[in-house]
Amino acid sequence: MTDHRLSAEQRGLRESATFDRVTISAIQRAARTGVYDIRGWGAKRALPHFDDLLFLGASMSRYPLEGYRERCGTDVVLGDLNAKHPLHLDIPVTIAGMSFGALSGRAKEALGRGASEAGTSTTTGDGGMTPEERGQSKHLVYQYLPSRYGMNPDDLRKADAIEIVLGQGAKPGGGGMLLGQKITERVARMRTLPQGVDQRSACRHPDWTGPDDLAIKIAEIRETTDWEKPVYVKVGATRTYYDVKLAVHAGADVVVVDGMQGGTAATQEVFIEHVGIPTLTAIPLAVQALQELGMHRKVQLIVSGGIRTGADVAKAMALGADAVAIGTAALIALGDNDPKWSAEYEALGSAAGYYDDFQDGQDPAGITTQDPELQQRFDPVEGGRRLANYLRVLTMEAQTIARACGKAHLTHLEPEDLVAVTIEAAAMARVPLAGTSWIPGGTGGL
Amino acid sequence: MDALTPHPTKGATAVHDVLELDLAERWLREVNGLLHQADLAADEVRILHPAGKHSVAVGLNKAMRVTVEGQVGYYAAGMNQLADVVINGNAGVGVAENMMSGSVLVRGDASQSAGATAHGGLLVVEGDAAARCGISMKGVDIVVGGSIGHMSAFMAQAGRLVVRGDAGEALGGSIYEARLYVRGTVASLGADCVAKEMRPEHHEELAGLLKSAGFESEDTSAYTRYGSARRLYNFHVDNTDAY
Repeated sequence: MTDHRLSAEQRGLRESATFDRVTISAIQRAARTGVYDIRGWGAKRALPHFDDLLFLGASMSRYPLEGYRERCGTDVVLGDLNAKHPLHLDIPVTIAGMSFGALSGRAKEALGRGASEAGTSTTTGDGGMTPEERGQSKHLVYQYLPSRYGMNPDDLRKADAIEIVLGQGAKPGGGGMLLGQKITERVARMRTLPQGVDQRSACRHPDWTGPDDLAIKIAEIRETTDWEKPVYVKVGATRTYYDVKLAVHAGADVVVVDGMQGGTAATQEVFIEHVGIPTLTAIPLAVQALQELGMHRKVQLIVSGGIRTGADVAKAMALGADAVAIGTAALIALGDNDPKWSAEYEALGSAAGYYDDFQDGQDPAGITTQDPELQQRFDPVEGGRRLANYLRVLTMEAQTIARACGKAHLTHLEPEDLVAVTIEAAAMARVPLAGTSWIPGGTGGL
Repeated sequence: MDALTPHPTKGATAVHDVLELDLAERWLREVNGLLHQADLAADEVRILHPAGKHSVAVGLNKAMRVTVEGQVGYYAAGMNQLADVVINGNAGVGVAENMMSGSVLVRGDASQSAGATAHGGLLVVEGDAAARCGISMKGVDIVVGGSIGHMSAFMAQAGRLVVRGDAGEALGGSIYEARLYVRGTVASLGADCVAKEMRPEHHEELAGLLKSAGFESEDTSAYTRYGSARRLYNFHVDNTDAY
């Protein structure tokens, strides 16, 4: 007779490592619906990540800086290679591209408010520029995507930088996706689509293919905007060494590399979890490419995908990034997955801390939705303040670590400050396994 | 005379200022920069010796006439707003890409992705246009005097595409609400693109488009209309064979 006071493990039941409960549920769901699972968020599987790296604080052989007394700079200049007006940001943590459509106009406004208060940039997304975001963002990066939804030269001229998007970490090789329930009248109008269609954006740009064409496309954008604005090129992390080299050759001022932990508003689960490489391994590949071209620190590198803490910021920068971008973490700061909506998450078949059905447009927190009533739950002023707080904490945490390593600026952090606690992380990040001089695979391999 | 001083010529009713900019003598940046000047004092600009250069006359942003005397490379008149551009030659990839308004007339042939993602205005190609003509078009009107290549009007969202010749393979794949009019043969239709009835309003629309492109005497009864069957607008498991 079963004693229900005992857990499955206490009763001697053994879960299959291959067919665990999540896997069983996925098979049952597929058999029931006949459609693959679409969800938001980034890769949820465990991956070698920044947590597998540690800093070597200063002691005898290095001088630390005094916290609160000695300055540790955080500002960054992006796009000064070719642009008349590069971006000068106070902090090296930027807001990644997230579309109006995926997010409500109020959420976009909040991102602008928070980023501007903290002195950093926001980025548009697939679907065009909204007045809410332009109005509140001191520094706004305009994404130029394969779909060109809402793309118009007036907005190009209004932008502070232009980001040509080739892909994103959650789905390198895939186009955007916005399901019909979120294609409201306003979203449809901005994208020139019929209301309510399941929008599946193009995955390739319509008027250029390959790196030689990209060079011509970048030149066109520069000519159109009179060489005023930095041009970024964003890639999802896959063949990062080659992609970064080709982007620089094509004329990018800034390269954005988004690892597979980077989020999405809607993509097939199989895509999110099985395509791309971890952020940790993408950074050294990008830095190697830049260094071999003599362009490290001249063409800036922005890294995104799984940045959560100031330690992550510091580690990405120590590995050679000039700045980072946050998306998922910014949404959480705004109020995504807040336990105060627990009952409603449960009603949707999810739970606070697990909710990733951004594609459904029923977000209880009112952020990833176009539903007029749900949107009203979200206060853009309060959300902006929360984001600014979070950005300040990230920055202060990164400064804390940098000072401990004796660095007067976050960009002075270097790989030499790091060790890895796992062999995998040591090989991927190309820093020694702690207590050894061993970097599996060496420092220059591919 | 300074090259930047317009040459007054006798127009029909008034003096017509023509400014000549020679790409054999000036950098492209200088020429495009001048074209972007809000106070440029010329009714018409002639661009000489384009010699296949890319991004000629991109980002124009006011009502003006620009004539390009020769062949152009990629993205000629890209992102055009308000200006009327004539290219007396052939055009490379992406002519008039993302045009918003105004017009672009190519007297010769156009390479692939002509009028890509354009939101408005009128693009006329008197000769042939290659693959992906009108790809992701979002409201532009395109009239092609000759034939167009494969995958044209792929994901075409809005606007009208008129082809006086033939269309290549996979015309209108994943088309949304754009309307396509083809006089000749279509090698094959893309996913969810179907032939549709030519109702009186379509004959009227087509006649207007042909007229605006300078093909007044065309018989619209020789044309077939193509558009979306709208079967793939929302994902359904039974449609997976269509992709």
